[in-house]
Amino acid sequence: MQKGLFSALLQLADDHLVLGHRLSEWCGHAPMLEEDLALPNIALDLIGQARSLYTYAGEIEGVGRDEDALAFCRIEREYQNLLICELPNGDFAQTILRQFYFSSFMLLFWEQAQNSSDATVAAVAGKAIKEAKYHRRHCGEWVIRLGDGTDESARRMQASCEILEPYLGELFNNSYGSLEISQSGVLPDRSLLQEPWLIDVMEVFQAANLNIPDLTHAHKGGREGRHTEAMGHLLAQLQYMQRSFPDMAW
Amino acid sequence: MVDEEEIPLWEVFIRPRNGLAHRHCGSLHATDSKMALQAARDVYTRRGEGLSVWVIPSVQISASDPQDREEMFDPSDDKVYRHPNFYNIPDDVGHM
Repeated sequence: MQKGLFSALLQLADDHLVLGHRLSEWCGHAPMLEEDLALPNIALDLIGQARSLYTYAGEIEGVGRDEDALAFCRIEREYQNLLICELPNGDFAQTILRQFYFSSFMLLFWEQAQNSSDATVAAVAGKAIKEAKYHRRHCGEWVIRLGDGTDESARRMQASCEILEPYLGELFNNSYGSLEISQSGVLPDRSLLQEPWLIDVMEVFQAANLNIPDLTHAHKGGREGRHTEAMGHLLAQLQYMQRSFPDMAW
Repeated sequence: MVDEEEIPLWEVFIRPRNGLAHRHCGSLHATDSKMALQAARDVYTRRGEGLSVWVIPSVQISASDPQDREEMFDPSDDKVYRHPNFYNIPDDVGHM
């Protein structure tokens, strides 16, 4: 049970750290000032959620690893994030669409997790739910405006749908750890969230004139530490300070 | 960069606390009112500044012309009696 919980928390924390890091890459590069603040705002929320999850995972593991040790001092194969989180940002449309997919899923996830039998998980969910609600709303509005916008924005949005499509199925897979944990009422069963998630996506996609994604063919491997080529480059940047100056403080 | 000429400008007003009025705090670009409210939240309330946000299309604001300043505002300069400084306020009234 404890081992399963540690693993499930770590997976969730890795999703949020890696995606938060990706979003932070937009800082100073977004297409307009307003989004240059909005995207790092979301990134900071995700990294904040990752911190709570890593800290709790470290306590459950009980061998003295804190949030920094878990976030910065593991090798690539030990990260268990979803592949969609590590994919390069692509253009603004692709970043927004990925964030919409992820936030829509996480909103459903946290809504259930706030009734968790584990008090810490329930508390993390209670805070995260407010943040995820805004992320989902903000990105959903952008998906509609880009999908139903100019010829160029519609073309880029549809292209993003095709790029991200094979990475969606992994969202709904229960890994060994998370299945065990969902059965004991600590975290939601991910497979049960697919239907409500599709309903949410369909509502936005209809307004955006986009084709509903097909979840049949899904890449997997993230939960087992088998990553895409992009992951090593991401970690090189993410871990640089901690690897160069171990245990530094400021 | 996005061509900001094509994206309308909005004026942002924020009310910091209950009982206070909305105050102008800046402007931003957004395609419509929904996006303007979200951008206002992201740009101007990151440090807990607000409980309520208004956004107004900048083109909807009619402003006085700086060239009319003398005729608009100078005539009030010599009407000091309009300031309520010439009354003795009874102590019982307390703070006004």
